Amino acid sequence: MNKNRQIEIWVGLFMALGFVALFFLAMQVSNLGTAYKGKTFTVTARFDNIGGLKVRAPVKIAGVEVGRVAGIHYDPDDFRAVVDMAIQAQYLNRIPEDSFAKILTAGLLGEQYIGLDPGGSEDMLADGGEISVTQSALVLEEVVGQFIFGKGQEGAK
Amino acid sequence: MTHLLAQLGAWGLNGMARLGRAHLLLLPLLRGLLSILRRPRLLLDQLYSVGVLTILIITVAGLFVGMVLGLQGYYILSRFGGETALGLMVAASLVRELGPVLTALLFAGRAGSALTAEIGLMKATEQLSGLEMMAVNPQHRVLAPRFFAGIISVPLLAALFSMLGVAGGWMVGGGLLGVDQGAFWNGMQEGIDFSDDVINGVIKSVVFGFVCTWIAIFQGYDCVPTSEGVSRATTRTVVHSSLAVLGLDFVLTAMMFG
Repeated sequence: MNKNRQIEIWVGLFMALGFVALFFLAMQVSNLGTAYKGKTFTVTARFDNIGGLKVRAPVKIAGVEVGRVAGIHYDPDDFRAVVDMAIQAQYLNRIPEDSFAKILTAGLLGEQYIGLDPGGSEDMLADGGEISVTQSALVLEEVVGQFIFGKGQEGAK
Repeated sequence: MTHLLAQLGAWGLNGMARLGRAHLLLLPLLRGLLSILRRPRLLLDQLYSVGVLTILIITVAGLFVGMVLGLQGYYILSRFGGETALGLMVAASLVRELGPVLTALLFAGRAGSALTAEIGLMKATEQLSGLEMMAVNPQHRVLAPRFFAGIISVPLLAALFSMLGVAGGWMVGGGLLGVDQGAFWNGMQEGIDFSDDVINGVIKSVVFGFVCTWIAIFQGYDCVPTSEGVSRATTRTVVHSSLAVLGLDFVLTAMMFG
């Protein structure tokens, strides 16, 4: 085998290895392999306080991830936060309209996510639907503040 | 006293002139892309000596860095009961920082120094002037293929480094220390975003490849054509490349993840 051919083979191998590595990083290491694209529908919910909720946080029903938070913005008309959720298309018209949306925390210090408790209504959520019953995030400072305030009230009695 | 001041001034002016020459060299290097398209063989040969010959050091370094990250991460995370985040920690630090930066540093030491010495020796033995005498532009014929080979090689090497690092972390974490396999990979996939982390890491390594190869080629082309001059230029390549990579890494990180 001549020298030129050897170099060609080695360079080819190098390129292939490099692209395999990039593919591995994309599919196995990052979320690209598990991401679902295009096949989602949007549901919105309004919260008094979203705490530390971030875009791309999971949306779960019974602990199973069914979608992700697609966008968060503030509505100055009713002073509340509007959260857009992208739910997987397979659950279109499968989530009751009177479901309860809560902002929960995974573990004591974990990431915040949205938990949906299915309601009993016959009407199902369609694309662009809105969940009206919501519960805000638990903000630690407020809870501690209430606790101390409560203690103070007790002491005053 | 005035002598000292004059020396200081000459040092500053020389530095500025060198910086200017380095930037002036960029234009013929980029224009050399045309001659590479006409003769891709030139690029192929350089990809071999710049890229393929660097694979071994990248492989070994990546594997061991990943294994060390696995061990160190485990000891710290297990204190807080967070061993399941080991995969995320290993992958995030590799893909975002260690992969591109360590690859660029190793590349500067392994390939950059070789490039400078080769080009410097070509200049010292008047091969570059010989090419010019034959009406061949040495900047297009000799420098440009090496330049583009470096820019192509570093991102691929960095991806290889990150992949082997993750494999090393997985070997230590999953194999030796018994971290749950599902949690290891799942935590990684949940926490690492393709466009935010992987693509930004690739962009970083392209920038590092550009800077390292540019410095190496310029130092070789600009060296004093004596054996001492070549040796000094080689040293400067490694020092300047390393400093440039570390400094640029801070700037890029602040821009991308800030």
